[in-house]
Amino acid sequence: MNLRTIVWKEMRERPTAMFVSLLAVMLSVTALVAIRNVAVFSEIEVADKLDKLGANVLILPKEASLQDYYAADMQSETIPEEIVSELVFAQMTGVEAIAPKLCIPATIHDQKTTLTGILPQSEIQKMASWQGGVLFKKHEGCKAKINLANEKDDSPEALAKRRTLQNLGDKDVILGAEYAEATGLKQGDKIQILGEEFSVLTVLDATGTVDDSRVFAHLHNVQDLSKSGEVVNVIEVMGCCKDVANGLIGKLQSLLPDTKIMTIANVVKTQISVNQMMTNISYMFLTILVVIGGASMASSTFSNVIERRREIGTLMALGASPKFVTNLFLVKAVLLGLAGGIGGYVLGSVLAYFLGPYFADISVYPLPSLMLIATGTAVFVTLIASYIPARRAANLDPCICFKEV
Amino acid sequence: MHLESVSKIYKKKESEVIALHTTTLDIPRGDFVAIIGPSGSGKTTLLSMLGAMSAPSKGKIWLDGESIYDLPIEQRAQLRQEKIGFVFQTFNLIPYLTAIENVQIPLALAKASVERQKQCAEELLDKVGLSDRMNHKPDELSVGQQQRVALARMLANDPAIILADEPTGNLDPDTKDQVMSYLEEFNQEGRTIIMVTHDLSAAKCAKRILKLSEGGVCPDESNHILKTA
Ligand SMILES: Nc1ncnc2c1ncn2[C@@H]1O[C@H](COP(=O)(O)OP(=O)(O)O)[C@@H](O)[C@H]1O
Ligand SMILES: [Mg+2]
Repeated sequence: MNLRTIVWKEMRERPTAMFVSLLAVMLSVTALVAIRNVAVFSEIEVADKLDKLGANVLILPKEASLQDYYAADMQSETIPEEIVSELVFAQMTGVEAIAPKLCIPATIHDQKTTLTGILPQSEIQKMASWQGGVLFKKHEGCKAKINLANEKDDSPEALAKRRTLQNLGDKDVILGAEYAEATGLKQGDKIQILGEEFSVLTVLDATGTVDDSRVFAHLHNVQDLSKSGEVVNVIEVMGCCKDVANGLIGKLQSLLPDTKIMTIANVVKTQISVNQMMTNISYMFLTILVVIGGASMASSTFSNVIERRREIGTLMALGASPKFVTNLFLVKAVLLGLAGGIGGYVLGSVLAYFLGPYFADISVYPLPSLMLIATGTAVFVTLIASYIPARRAANLDPCICFKEV
Repeated sequence: MHLESVSKIYKKKESEVIALHTTTLDIPRGDFVAIIGPSGSGKTTLLSMLGAMSAPSKGKIWLDGESIYDLPIEQRAQLRQEKIGFVFQTFNLIPYLTAIENVQIPLALAKASVERQKQCAEELLDKVGLSDRMNHKPDELSVGQQQRVALARMLANDPAIILADEPTGNLDPDTKDQVMSYLEEFNQEGRTIIMVTHDLSAAKCAKRILKLSEGGVCPDESNHILKTA
């Protein structure tokens, strides 16, 4: 037998005595974990979206309605391709790269797909050099990490990550991972598209986006094949985020009055504000945990000490040091904190798993790191709350044990 | 054990209660002292001071050449654990622990190994005739059995001094005799016993009797080493 067994046996004898404070701690941990869990996955989702996108400004046809930012190019309305050169010539500070796209639905190699025309960056750069200038003015001190195709890394696979490409030949196509798997096509294969033969330059790694089921070809080829003329569906603009926030959108809008300018901020704004709200709510539950959980823990430890005065006096008579008596209550606090923290973590994770898809429209899975934070906080709160009552127990007059009942 | 001009005054707001007048007293090793006196005469107060549980207002108490209230509080706990065994009128068994676990407490406090705790506690419960009640909780035992568990627990740290506060106060005559014969046995083992009682028949088992009344020690005919200042 040791201190821990004594604590354990005392708790087992009357499990209901500490039930209220355990419940208070556990429920606030539950709420804290559930909210935090959903918030973390929601934040990951936003970061993921931003990461997959690359572009943070879209130039769309005026009539376009944007349902899905990631499939912004999937629409029938178009804008003239000359906007691309207008943009290049305008030399706006903050515009770092542009990627025009044209999409047409097509059945290629017996597989329904979206044929996406892209303009390689090298041709845009050529356009800029005709102008006699550099391409876009690099904004000084721009810290934004923007996914740009660059001259040094011109492998076609870069398209998967950056959504832009340095070079793309006239007779080349690039296949999305899903499409390639469905058709069994691989690098070097010949492929017929709308009556013309192309060769597969490469197959992209899976990205988890709509790109996986697409076929990419040079913009001008797609325009010719679809007989749509010199148009595009969308121009993705990679802008320095500081400029995007500080009026770049307005400048673009006045330069291109017949288009619709959208920023990623418009799209993820609601989700970001929901995340902010969830963060605030989790602080609220943290406060509740500290105040309610702590107060009920402190009061139940106080009454536990009062109830057990004779026992404490007896233990001291038997040679228990004040430290032993203090620890008797602190160990109990730690056990309750652990139970409340782990119980709350389990409940909260289950809650988040079911509520995540409801509230935030995302799938949520348990986060082991939250268990550490949850139990750590719960133990901290119960320990702090029990400290004064535990010290008081150690300072009791041991002579209580001589009192007749 | 030696008391040097010890007195105890309880202060409560304005009023003061003199629980024990200045007393000088010597209790040699192996003695068996019964302290008798009416209720409120300061018997328990004296016993708690002897047991390193409450400091006297004035004076010093020496045990084996050490002034016990000059020791820091942790060492006083250590001293109780090593040298002193208490027997209470109300037994004070820990209600949520079984008989054997109660006896293990002093051993656990002394950080004895679990095997030694078990073995020692079994032997002691056997000694007080309770080997068939080891795993019973106090409320499943009769009062006499409870006091015997308490005696076994008191013996667990092999104390040189036994302090008993009305050990027979809550017992019926039969179990009273039993407890008294155990105490006599412990005294014969060489332990010093100081027992508070207001039961004269119990006091007769002692080697000498100390009478307290209104906080003062009165000399008894059988006393020779006792002085009251
Ligand atoms: N903790 C205390 N605070 C104040 N007065 C006390 C306290 N303990 C005992 N007394 C007083 O001291 C006197 C002696 O008490 P006590 O030693 O318990 O006597 P006895 O054990 O002989 O009945 C009594 O008058 C009692 O009221
Ligand atoms: Mg008394």
